[in-house]
Amino acid sequence: MLLIRCPYCAAERPELEFTYGGEAHIVRPQNPSSTTDDEWRDFLYIRSNARGIHYERWRHMHGCGRFFNAVRDTVTDKFVMTYKAGLPRPDQAELEAARS
Amino acid sequence: MSTFRIPGKGRVDPSKPVQFTFNDKTYDGFEGDTVASALLASGQHLVGRSFKYHRPRGFLSAGSEEPNALLGIDHGPGRVEPNSRATVVEISQGLKTISQNHWPSLERDVGAINDVLYMLFSAGFYYKTFMWPKSFWNKVYEPIIRGTAGLGKSPTLPDPDIYSSRFAHCDVLVVGAGPAGLAAALEAGRSGAKVLLVDEQAELGGSLLSETDGGIDGLTGWAWLKASVDELAGMANVTLLPRTTAIGYYHQNFVGLCQRITDHLASAPEGTPRERMWKVRAKQVVLAQGAIEKPLVFDGNDRPGVMLASAARTYLNRYGVKVGASPVVVTTHDSAWLAAFDLARAGVKVVAIIDIRPIVPAHLTASASALGIEVLTSWTVTGTKGRLRISSLRAKPIHGSAAQAREFACDTLLMSGGWNPTLHLFSHSQGKLEWREDAQVFLPSKHVEQSRCAGAGNGDFGLARVLAEGAEAGVDAAMDAGFTAKASIYAVNDELDMTGISSRELPTDRNADTAKAFIDFQNDVTAKDIRLAVREGFKSIEHIKRYTTTGMATDQGKTSNINGLAIAADAVQRPVPSVGLTTFRPPYTPTTFGAFAGYNRGRLFDVTRKTSIDAWAEEHGAVFEPVALWRRAWYFPKPGEDMHAAVARECKATRDSLGIFDASTLGKIEIVGPDAAEFLNRMYTNPWSKLQPGRCRYGVLLGEDGFIRDDGVIGRLTHDRFHVTTTTGGAARVLNMMEDYLQTEFPDLKVWLTSTTEQWSVIAINGPNARNLLAPLVEGIDLSEEAFPHMSVGVGRICGVPTRLFRMSFSGERGYEVNVPARYGRAVWEKLIAEGQAYGVTPYGTETMHVLRAEKGYIIVGQDTDGTLTPDDAGLGWAIGKAKPDFVGKRSLARPDMLKTDRKHLVGLLTADPKVVLEEGAQIVLDPNQSVPMTMVGHVTSSYWSVALGRSIALAVIEGGNGRMGETVHIPMPDGTLQAEVTGTVFLDPENTRLSA
Ligand SMILES: [Zn+2]
Repeated sequence: MLLIRCPYCAAERPELEFTYGGEAHIVRPQNPSSTTDDEWRDFLYIRSNARGIHYERWRHMHGCGRFFNAVRDTVTDKFVMTYKAGLPRPDQAELEAARS
Repeated sequence: MSTFRIPGKGRVDPSKPVQFTFNDKTYDGFEGDTVASALLASGQHLVGRSFKYHRPRGFLSAGSEEPNALLGIDHGPGRVEPNSRATVVEISQGLKTISQNHWPSLERDVGAINDVLYMLFSAGFYYKTFMWPKSFWNKVYEPIIRGTAGLGKSPTLPDPDIYSSRFAHCDVLVVGAGPAGLAAALEAGRSGAKVLLVDEQAELGGSLLSETDGGIDGLTGWAWLKASVDELAGMANVTLLPRTTAIGYYHQNFVGLCQRITDHLASAPEGTPRERMWKVRAKQVVLAQGAIEKPLVFDGNDRPGVMLASAARTYLNRYGVKVGASPVVVTTHDSAWLAAFDLARAGVKVVAIIDIRPIVPAHLTASASALGIEVLTSWTVTGTKGRLRISSLRAKPIHGSAAQAREFACDTLLMSGGWNPTLHLFSHSQGKLEWREDAQVFLPSKHVEQSRCAGAGNGDFGLARVLAEGAEAGVDAAMDAGFTAKASIYAVNDELDMTGISSRELPTDRNADTAKAFIDFQNDVTAKDIRLAVREGFKSIEHIKRYTTTGMATDQGKTSNINGLAIAADAVQRPVPSVGLTTFRPPYTPTTFGAFAGYNRGRLFDVTRKTSIDAWAEEHGAVFEPVALWRRAWYFPKPGEDMHAAVARECKATRDSLGIFDASTLGKIEIVGPDAAEFLNRMYTNPWSKLQPGRCRYGVLLGEDGFIRDDGVIGRLTHDRFHVTTTTGGAARVLNMMEDYLQTEFPDLKVWLTSTTEQWSVIAINGPNARNLLAPLVEGIDLSEEAFPHMSVGVGRICGVPTRLFRMSFSGERGYEVNVPARYGRAVWEKLIAEGQAYGVTPYGTETMHVLRAEKGYIIVGQDTDGTLTPDDAGLGWAIGKAKPDFVGKRSLARPDMLKTDRKHLVGLLTADPKVVLEEGAQIVLDPNQSVPMTMVGHVTSSYWSVALGRSIALAVIEGGNGRMGETVHIPMPDGTLQAEVTGTVFLDPENTRLSA
């Protein structure tokens, strides 16, 4: 069972308190009706399915209830870092720092 | 009768005799014995029959790696466990044990015919047999296999024991309490760190219990062990857990421990758990699990009496039992010589030591000569004889002729193929392994977790090195956990360097392809099977493993994996590391389901949610059904009524006069804030801005993919407060989805969401007399038709308590839903029942609710929809706010696939025979005469007997259903094909006159 750091509670808690929320940084178009069928399909269904670094959403369901983002390595299963919803993807330097 | 016990030797307590039975015969042992040591003390080697060939089998080992000696253990009614390893089960007074896998008896087993039919059961036997004709499989093979295969018999009674579980945190977890683990725990304990020391055995000490030649710091091994355990036991920061197996090592130093608490006791205090599952989060882990001796692979290496040399040493030194009177030793490693020496010193006549190696250390041959043991180096064993126990073996010089072969009479054959570090937990933790070609072993290499390996588990033998490594690991772990420590130096005498080589199969002058040279004793896999698999094209070890089943038995190949791998590597002519080791998986040893289940069984298996009116329903004879986690009253039978009769009565009473229904399980979400209406606009298909306070509306919620997720009536209480209802099963999901959008997509909106499902009891009142019942009881709400029409909501009081009163209907009758704070639910319900007597008020359950709504074509999300239906598909196009620029799922409704006319549509079905009630889930076809498999165009989603209509009704989804009105479709069933006409979904009162009747 993984330990996950909730960026809102600023605390590490067991995985049991959290639920997974799919890939992160998939932005709902501001005006969906102006998207093409292909653009909307990509928003709905196309996911990166990364081997390695994966950006994903989690919710501290049985804690503060907040959705947040996480970087996880799908090969090792381990979390690299977590950050608040709405923040941009961490850059390479931040990932390196989190890994060391 | 204890002819093989050596008085004064071993750690068992002769002052505490224990009687137990094996196959109904009583045996004597002492406290401290395992079933294996006590049986061996009586000379009993034969304890079971093998899985496939039913060959007689005895004890291979003295530990948890045992593949052969699996017994049924009987601790009394319900406390029966098959496949227990006799080498780890401790005896207790009155314990019953039985051998397995034979008929009619252990000594005479009909199944042993399989041993003669050897060729039939070779590698891939199961896969090949599955390819035989189906009829042959069904009629001949499967019954035979079912009758004879399998290990042990499953228990038949419920398990009466309790199992507990707990979480624990520590600074240093030490797995294994042999010399390395003890040394590590001592250092970590002395540093002040919180330490857990676990060992699977009844007694801490590991190899110190069996190998008595080493002395430490001037003490004998046993004296040092006692001093060390005493010191650890005296530390408040150290917890000692014997009889506790570390079964799995997961991310971030999360380790599962299974502690056995009562199995070794003749009786335990009431309420004591049998086992306890520990879920430990450790800052640092020290793995000191030791090593397992490898068997040698040669023809007849499985006969009772053939066992690991280390096991013989353990039985002798720890239990005071000599495993035989005339043992021969065959080995590739020094350690087996020490077993021979210990036995000889205990007075056993060791017949010979046969070593495969041409050269062995001189001190060994010198000791052997001093003890009068014949030594044959560069010799091999090519076969054994003996029906139920080894009686002789054939040995010959490896490079000599058959004429030089000799036959040795013996009653035991002690073998050693060297040692394998126990890597299981390290591998669970994703640690990387490294192949050491010289020693022919895998060793732990790169650690992924905060862990370290020490001792024989690290490939290091010799007491001095093991202790030094353990101490160092303990110091490192303590320091890394934030403590200060310094490693002790141990002075060890009698230190011998252990050397050896690794062999594949022993060299033989006989035909290796007819040899019964076992690799996996439990699954009966031989070296020949591995070679056959390779010849048949299997090259990957993962495939070879599955095809031959080697390493796949309950012992997970603890004694067989490396031998199997080495022989497979030779057969594919590739180096061992490129063939690869199969994956180690938890649990390390077989673990009871009870330990995993812990407290979560019976009443505590799952939550049962009950409404505040549930107890009334139970008192009034309701039959219940589970709906999501709730239990709901299904129907209220009167004496003599079956479900059909009860539901018919409930339906009729509601349509004729008055029905009352507990709808408290409906999901409820309070949506509050200045942007509440805008939030609902974005979430639901319907428009909400213009809904006036005091009115309510049926809302449909889609996923972003455009498919229906949920529905419910939403009431506007004030301009900034909505009372949202959801389906019973959908409440948590809907709230999660709302929170998701509010937090991440619409954070600009000022809205608060609160689950209120359990705050409100909801009583649905339906029928022509609904208002007549309520009007006198309600204060503060004008219930007149003009002031409170259909789809209204009002806040007032009922029966003197606060209420949110909805006027709405899920039955087609005039209907109200009375929401009262849950604590008043039952009181208000009882008052309504009492006052309703004047109208013949009838409580009804979920079944009647279903019939009433189906007669009106009201859908149930999740029953009539399945996650692929759009509002248009379900006939709910009217609920879409077409003028709204956006809502969740709107864009998807314009995708090309959503606009196709052959999508599945929700329609009504009327069977040609009105008395036939279709089966829900039945498949629908257009042409009943087409060939099988038919093209299915849809299925029945809801189907009931309608009292109001005097016939059956059904809802169904059918491809292009909206264009098939009036057509006949066909429903093939096992006993004939049924016909039905496609209709609209509203069967009763299409003009909705009854809503205001
Ligand atoms: Zn949180």
